[in-house]
Amino acid sequence: MLPLVQLKGVTHAYLGDREAMLAIEDLHLTVDKGEFVSLVGPSGCGKTTLLSIISGLLQPSRGEVYVGGHPVSEPSAEIGYMLQQDYLLPWRTILNNALLGLELTGSLNDETRRHTLSLLKELGLEGKEEAFPSELSGGMRQRVALVRTLATGPKLLLLDEPFSALDYQIKLQLEDLVAETLLRRGTTAILVTHDLAEAIAVSSRVILLQPNPGRVRRIFTVPEAIRSAPPLYARDLPGFAELFHTVWKEMEIAGREE
Amino acid sequence: MKSVEQIELAVSRKLWLEQKHEEFRKAKLRRTSRVMAVRALLLVFLFALWETAARAGWIDTLLFSSPGRVFRHIWADLSGGSLWPHLSVTVGETIIGFLLGTLLGTLLAVVIWWSPFLSAVLDPYMVVFNSMPKVALGPIFIVMFGAGFTAIVITTLSITVIITTLVVYNSFCSVDPNLVKVVRSFGASRVQEFNKVILPASFPAIVSTLKVNVGMSWVGVIVGEFLVAKSGLGYLIIYGFQVFNFTLVMSSLLIIAAVATAMYQLVVYVEKLILSRR
Repeated sequence: MLPLVQLKGVTHAYLGDREAMLAIEDLHLTVDKGEFVSLVGPSGCGKTTLLSIISGLLQPSRGEVYVGGHPVSEPSAEIGYMLQQDYLLPWRTILNNALLGLELTGSLNDETRRHTLSLLKELGLEGKEEAFPSELSGGMRQRVALVRTLATGPKLLLLDEPFSALDYQIKLQLEDLVAETLLRRGTTAILVTHDLAEAIAVSSRVILLQPNPGRVRRIFTVPEAIRSAPPLYARDLPGFAELFHTVWKEMEIAGREE
Repeated sequence: MKSVEQIELAVSRKLWLEQKHEEFRKAKLRRTSRVMAVRALLLVFLFALWETAARAGWIDTLLFSSPGRVFRHIWADLSGGSLWPHLSVTVGETIIGFLLGTLLGTLLAVVIWWSPFLSAVLDPYMVVFNSMPKVALGPIFIVMFGAGFTAIVITTLSITVIITTLVVYNSFCSVDPNLVKVVRSFGASRVQEFNKVILPASFPAIVSTLKVNVGMSWVGVIVGEFLVAKSGLGYLIIYGFQVFNFTLVMSSLLIIAAVATAMYQLVVYVEKLILSRR
């Protein structure tokens, strides 16, 4: 089967007034359909840059990106992107925020609207449809952002540290919810995070990047037992702590070598 | 038995909260009414002082007039009907200058937002034009558009348009880039980006330039009337000055103060109306 995401020799340089800086160099990566992959690494290893490139928001200086067999040249609703914070539009109600993507892609109709309403319900936001973002807690708002992203039915979901701005307890709950929701829908996901435990708990593969310039250092496969357990319980399973330490050590070395 | 105790507790708590709330509201009301009373007294006191000074001969009534004369003058003009043409001309010019200035300024802001290249090109011109005392351009406008209505409106526009453009363009640029990123990630076009995010996010800024523009428009219109007009409140002030009728000057000033305040309050009301729905 053709992998859903293919990166071939992706290189990206940021061009500034003073200098041109190499953020990513000759990066190859494939992600299969239905996989949940995490990108981790020391700061400055180009995690977020890589995500922007896959989404089409950023054009790589060199190399090719394929999603579903087609080259990515601009953002589309096929690829969902979730940011660090919810960034809901404060003047729109929750429902209208959730419908934003459908509106923008011109696919808003009775059926997609009903689908979005059921998504809101599924994520525990029933009764909040007419509320405004300022009336909701941080965790609820991030769930609305997830509905907004899922409403257009993306084949691939890019998550850019979507839990990092939340309280620890809410973060754990949301990890569970997101992992479970994506698993049920069979959506492929790539998560960028600085939290190793989170990466191991939710994903099937952890890809460690190294900085200066960013490239893949090592890929860790998460054992089946940890992968299939809900993220909250995965942390207590045997093997979790060992894997955590292995990844941690490798990341330490990668960070020191720069 | 326990449930009865609980009900009693709930009732007494509710009563206590209500009482506290009532005390708070009364205190607030007392403060508000005190402010209003002192405000009114201050106004009465200032007019009384002016009148007394005029009657006692502390000030020259030829130069400073007196409240009695001013109000009698306004009343005579109002009931005689000679004020209305002047008032309507000035208010008309102000409203047109205000609306056109805001509209053109906002449109210009949209254009330069649309084209960052154009924005970069025009930047120094805008800075120069904005720092320039636009009133100095008055004679040129008179030569170009004739001594009348058009020249006055153009003078007003020269004052309002650029500042509106600068403020609105600034607010376009200060919209959270992450909100833009969200719509871009759905593949939004630049038109959609503007309609769904940039414009609604800048609405408060645009509405608050309305308030600034009301004041600016009055400046533009009065100055324009100083220069060219044969009617209007600005004309009355200049005319009163030339024939040394300072009662006329003071009356015109008082009317301008009243009408300008009314217009400002109207804009504030519209602002509330627009922004309350978010």
